[in-house]
Amino acid sequence: MEIPILKIEDFLIVSFQTELSDDEIDKLREDILDKIKETNARGLIIDITALKIVDSFMARSLSSIATTATLLGAKTVVVGMQPAVALTLVELGLRIKWNIQTALNLERGINLLREALKSEKDVVYE
Amino acid sequence: MSEDKLPVKNESDIISVRSFGRNLAANAGFGIVDQCRITTAISELARNAVVHGGGGSVTIKTIQNDKKGIEIIFRDEGPGIVNLELALKGGYSTVGGLGIGLSGAKRLMDEFQITSSAGKGTTVIIRKWLK
Ligand SMILES: Nc1ncnc2c1ncn2[C@@H]1O[C@H](COP(=O)(O)OP(=O)(O)OP(=O)(O)O)[C@@H](O)[C@H]1O
Ligand SMILES: [Mg+2]
Repeated sequence: MEIPILKIEDFLIVSFQTELSDDEIDKLREDILDKIKETNARGLIIDITALKIVDSFMARSLSSIATTATLLGAKTVVVGMQPAVALTLVELGLRIKWNIQTALNLERGINLLREALKSEKDVVYE
Repeated sequence: MSEDKLPVKNESDIISVRSFGRNLAANAGFGIVDQCRITTAISELARNAVVHGGGGSVTIKTIQNDKKGIEIIFRDEGPGIVNLELALKGGYSTVGGLGIGLSGAKRLMDEFQITSSAGKGTTVIIRKWLK
């Protein structure tokens, strides 16, 4: 299954469309990181609106994508987590290791990144 | 009540088993949050059966006595869990994982029973009741 990675302005947007297998998640992670390098993207939005569950494997993958993308210079925001999914993740016991920036929906995620990137630019040009 | 035994041998089984569980939970009348809890617990235990247990099977069915609920039984004939007490406490993983699968599945469900013996395999029974 090919999952499109879109480029908008300075950042990439990936929407997790269906329930992915562990292998597909691993492959998608490679694709995302390649694309960041290729496009010099400064931000990454992972949209998980369509995901009905996030188990420990998916959570670990999201976290590792975010950490690696950040190291490559792309600020990462995960958007669209369903309330039931968020609740379940906390009950699962994930709060200890959950260190990803999140936003309620795509629009807010985009705004958040724009603001973050703008203030970075301000610093550079001042 | 309906009962099905499904294989849990590889990654794609994990996906089909949890969507089967979700459908049964929805049909039984569980709300969105409980469906999510049940499906997530299934995903964790199915992955354990595949990754640690060398593959196994699962039975998912609705149950009814004075209340109605869902019962899921995972069985594998893998190496068994060497340190069960530690594994249930959470944060313990022999494969560099987070070690939240077992303890998390237990928290997400109403009932959780596990039997595991070295060299013979592991059986996990989880239940959730309609409130
Ligand atoms: N079916 C099984 N057969 C054999 N050992 C198991 C089984 N399930 C769990 N274990 C053992 O118990 C440990 C804890 O399991 P748990 O699911 O909590 O964490 P994990 O699978 O290591 O990591 P994750 O947080 O990704 O689930 C495992 O590392 C493994 O050693
Ligand atoms: Mg596990």
